[in-house]
Amino acid sequence: MRSFTYERPSTPAEAAASVARNPEAKFIAGGTNLLDLMKLQIETPSHLVDVNGLSLDRIEPTPEGGLRIGALVRNTDLAADPRVRTDYGVLSRALLAGASGQLRNKATTAGNLLQRTRCPYFYDTAQPCNKRQPGSGCSALDGVSRQLAVIGASEACIATHPGDMAVAMRVLDATVETVDAKGTERKIPVAEFHRLPGDRPEVDTHLKPGELITAVTLPAPKAGTHIYRKVRDRASYAYALVSVAAILAKDGTGHVAFGGVAPRPWRVEAAEADLRKGAKAVTDRVFAGAKPTEHNAYKLKLAERTLTAALNQARA
Amino acid sequence: MSRRDLVAGATAAAALTTLPAGVRAGTAATDKPVMATVNLTVNGQRRELELDTRTSLLDAAREHLHLTGSKKGCDHGQCGACTMIVDGRRINACLTLAVMHQGAEITTIEGLGQPENLHPMQAAFIKHDGYQCGYCTPGQICSGVAVLAEIKAGIPSHVTADLNAAVTASEAEIRERMSGNICRCGAYSNIVEAMTEVAGRQS
Repeated sequence: MRSFTYERPSTPAEAAASVARNPEAKFIAGGTNLLDLMKLQIETPSHLVDVNGLSLDRIEPTPEGGLRIGALVRNTDLAADPRVRTDYGVLSRALLAGASGQLRNKATTAGNLLQRTRCPYFYDTAQPCNKRQPGSGCSALDGVSRQLAVIGASEACIATHPGDMAVAMRVLDATVETVDAKGTERKIPVAEFHRLPGDRPEVDTHLKPGELITAVTLPAPKAGTHIYRKVRDRASYAYALVSVAAILAKDGTGHVAFGGVAPRPWRVEAAEADLRKGAKAVTDRVFAGAKPTEHNAYKLKLAERTLTAALNQARA
Repeated sequence: MSRRDLVAGATAAAALTTLPAGVRAGTAATDKPVMATVNLTVNGQRRELELDTRTSLLDAAREHLHLTGSKKGCDHGQCGACTMIVDGRRINACLTLAVMHQGAEITTIEGLGQPENLHPMQAAFIKHDGYQCGYCTPGQICSGVAVLAEIKAGIPSHVTADLNAAVTASEAEIRERMSGNICRCGAYSNIVEAMTEVAGRQS
């Protein structure tokens, strides 16, 4: 690991300023993804700005009847919060489907949104990867792409966003709140938070340099059965091949987002009008224009079947 | 002292270790170690260490405090052999920096029990043969103790059927919650038995 200086600022704006003025600086919160990548020299910051002391660790009701989740709320605490369990079950379920107990105790809400892809070629520093080393090429295109994206990807990168939490936040219409070096606050709908790779796959999100996430807000709860179904290679502690975050009413109407299929949580609101026609009608629209590889074409069928299972669960 | 006071205190203490901006830039080019003073309470004892900022909590315990019970398996948070209980919660000590834990209360396997005074979970692992080679065992036991505390605290898991009902220490709950601790000898069913016995005694 490369050596680094370390700082614990006392305000979010100070933290943002510190990272904004040093292109080699990074925020660290839980550190469960960043330190892993630093050990592999995939991330090589020369300065770490530890934001754990910034008191961004509360879950508070909003005047609009929703919840404001501090950036530093740990995944365990968010999943276990009584308001989240009761009113935003899809979020509790998504969090509990991810990682291990030890990791959820450390990982934060903001860090979960910012986690990087687990594409095997991103992790293998002996192989070209445009996300890790811009311009070096994409090994996954002609490589083993079973886990990788079927839609939203580009010729430069077919990596997926690996998270579960963000998929639930997408179906809940969450908003990411940030502060920059000047203290200016900004609200970014989670739908517009992660970038598609295009020809710049090294940039995962629309955050500006030094812009710090302070909270994620959820609007008032959405009625219906909250479901998170995750299909993976083993029953626990594995990334999604396909996941479905859904909020479904008994009459079959509702909202649905997909994980494990794209560089960001994948949701096509217009397709939700077809939910009463069954899963295939929805996934045909959600995955219109998909460009799967020979290794991951199975994900299209799997997404349809996983949604079918969710629809059956909501009717039961 | 509340957790928040501890963190606030740690912030003040850590500010002293921050280097001026000019030093930061110089460090980047030469990649020399950057040292920091870290205060930890480990198994009830206050310890002060002078550490390279890169030092993981696991390496601080093993290499600097010579508490070698916690094991380094994968060093990437995948196997759980390094599991410690920090401020009451189990974490992967390999995936966190010692310098991030100013003032923290850390319990390693050595702090849970000793051969002449075993923790009930240690005794249950022996009774139920919950290990073979033993390398993952300290992490399994630290995790196991914390898992039962999490169940007692009502924290749900992926297999909890009703998010709003009480959680019980069923076999399915134990297996799901222990999935971050890998045992290559495959002692899983005996580990579940050991944990079930301790959970039964607690309830």
